[in-house]
Amino acid sequence: MTDQVTTQEVLTTADGVPLKISLKRAMRKKMITSLLLVTPLFLFILLTFLMPITDMLLRSVDNKIVGELLPRTIPLFSGWDENGQELPGEDIYRAMVEDIKEGAEAKTILRLGRRLNFERSGMSSLFRKSARTIKRIEQPDSYKAAMIKIDKRWGDINLWRLIKRERGSFTNSHFLSAIDRQSNDDGTIGPKPEYKQIYIKLFVRTMTLSLLITFMTVLLGYPISYLLATLPTKISNMLMILVLLPFWTSLLVRTTAWIALLQKEGVINDLMVAIGIISNDHRIVMIHNKTGTILAMTHILLPFMVLPLFSVMKTIPVSYMRAARSLGATRFTAFRRIYLPNSIPGIGAGGILVFILAIGYYITPELVGGVSGTFISNMIAYHIQGSLNWGLGAALGTLLLMLVLALYILYDKIVGIDNMKLG
Amino acid sequence: MPENNDSLVRFTNIQKSYDGETLVIKDLNMDVARGEFLTMLGPSGSGKTTCLMMLAGFEPATHGEIFLNDQPINNVPPHKRQIGMVFQNYALFPHMTVGENLAFPLEVRKMRKNERKQRIKKALDMVQLSEFEHRRPMQLSGGQQQRVAVARALVFDPELVLMDEPLGALDKNLREQMQFEIKHIHEQLGVTVIYVTHDQSEALTMSNRIAVFDDGIIQQLAAPDILYEKPENAFVAQFIGENNRFLGKIVEANDVSCQVEVDGGGLVHAKSVNIAGVGKRATLSLRPERVVIQPPEGSLPNIFDAFVKELIYLGDHIRTRVDVCGHNDFVIKIANSATHATLKRGDVVRVGWEIEDCRALDPSD
Repeated sequence: MTDQVTTQEVLTTADGVPLKISLKRAMRKKMITSLLLVTPLFLFILLTFLMPITDMLLRSVDNKIVGELLPRTIPLFSGWDENGQELPGEDIYRAMVEDIKEGAEAKTILRLGRRLNFERSGMSSLFRKSARTIKRIEQPDSYKAAMIKIDKRWGDINLWRLIKRERGSFTNSHFLSAIDRQSNDDGTIGPKPEYKQIYIKLFVRTMTLSLLITFMTVLLGYPISYLLATLPTKISNMLMILVLLPFWTSLLVRTTAWIALLQKEGVINDLMVAIGIISNDHRIVMIHNKTGTILAMTHILLPFMVLPLFSVMKTIPVSYMRAARSLGATRFTAFRRIYLPNSIPGIGAGGILVFILAIGYYITPELVGGVSGTFISNMIAYHIQGSLNWGLGAALGTLLLMLVLALYILYDKIVGIDNMKLG
Repeated sequence: MPENNDSLVRFTNIQKSYDGETLVIKDLNMDVARGEFLTMLGPSGSGKTTCLMMLAGFEPATHGEIFLNDQPINNVPPHKRQIGMVFQNYALFPHMTVGENLAFPLEVRKMRKNERKQRIKKALDMVQLSEFEHRRPMQLSGGQQQRVAVARALVFDPELVLMDEPLGALDKNLREQMQFEIKHIHEQLGVTVIYVTHDQSEALTMSNRIAVFDDGIIQQLAAPDILYEKPENAFVAQFIGENNRFLGKIVEANDVSCQVEVDGGGLVHAKSVNIAGVGKRATLSLRPERVVIQPPEGSLPNIFDAFVKELIYLGDHIRTRVDVCGHNDFVIKIANSATHATLKRGDVVRVGWEIEDCRALDPSD
């Protein structure tokens, strides 16, 4: 086919212009119109979403602060071999004193302390103390000795190694932290001490709980969607309102309602005690743990499964099942071999929707998750709002984004994204 | 067609209601002979599809019993009825290839793979689609999908095949071609076919017998030629073929013929078929091709003056609309022969017809 086309003469319109160019001209106006229609939204997304997100993601590797606040010290590091056993030379100490003096006057040096404190605790207090006392050092015999006199930590070679390691404008330390790793003093990368390892565990928990929640929504959503899709429109519309009702109530209201229901002195426990299933001393803990997160999130995300499932099932003609039955299949065989495969795109669409929503869910795990039911997003929020370690928060966020994209690609490879239907 | 002595399907006193208020099927009794091609014809909402669904087992009968091979099947689930079915929109399974679609009824019957292959090949050969075995239904044209649906309904050798307006989605040429193909398959295999359609020409082309449905009742059940030439009531006359209709009052009647005073003026002699008696109203039905133009004076019992209102040239015949007896929608088909009468709009001509050709039926509306 393609051979034929290339060996053929170029087709032209009546005035001799090649057909392809003519067509392009004719289409140009249409294209400009559609571009103009898209532009406002594109600019809006670019300014309010893409640029802030990119900026945030870049913070996961951003390390300019060290170079900016130690302008004299950093260039001199090339003259010091951090793998040796010697402390840096006098020139580096001198440059450091001058940098800290300048930083103390401009009140910026504490930011550096805070930054380096993420790598090694005590750095913040060291810089605070040094900034306070550095004025005493004036024309000393030895800057090195003077600094060590202010605080003997300045004589620790590992501290200097850390500063040298973090001298660049980019750092991998946030990403290392995000996967429970760290740079050792000798420059190699190794696992963090066991008591500090939390993120991998959280990622795994976020994934498994999200998968479980997705599975639960399929389990609960499939029969309901089937019913909705097969009932007469009048009744199904009414039931649909019941399905959509949660959408119209605030997320917070729904989540707190779950607290009222599930807590130790809550409705369900009271009821079970009242009818004697459990004794008053053995009230079941159903909230502020994994169970709470799973229950509340399954409920909240259920509509996102039902809607795509329903819209896909709605397009499966009744005649498919009838044809299968008339061809000799039992009700079950007909369902398994005909209905189920045709509803897979709905499960796929609903599944990916629920899973991606779940994996980044924040407010519900925060409120009902306790310690064992929190997600990685709660940790990201903590670093953005609480510990103010934006770099680590951004690194965790980047990893989460990559994870979702990877799963999306995996899904595309296995199920095929074209198989996903939202209606 | 042999009746009763070798019936495959029998409906006895079937009634069906969906809402408990109205009957969609009112007391249906019908025998379908083995090997017969029977068409249920009727306007939409006449109950014909409901009938088919009850036979296939997808709708329960509200009252009465359906027999298949003299066995009552009201309580037999659809998958045990061994009835092939072709659906309106084919209902081919989109996630399976053509071959897999055909294999489905054989697999659920636990047939061995070799035999399955043979059967599928045979069925695809029958509909001339052998090379399409590995295509998906969506990659086929409408006509090809239709043939696959037919092959699938036949591949497990059912005695009875139901077809629910299977050609409704095809264009005219393809539909006519498929009509012949289905008819030939029926003749080759000797399978019994019950066919539902609202297209009367389709019904006339294909069927051994046609059951004309209206309002939940079989209006007439007869062979195509009888249905066309000897309709028993006004609905059938109107529904099958083109038909000139007069309404009027019977002024004189006996078993053979009657005279009707037509509403627009004029006394018409007609054959008594389905009339209530003198003084009652009746519908007269006359086929357009049975009207004679310019008959010699006195040669026919019915001769009237007609005023030519419209001429439509249709190639093989000229459709002429005239005003006769106060009816201005009276249609005459003039065959395009070498000697046919040449009429012009505004002409006044004599038209006439035989008593035999003009049937006096029940008064419709």
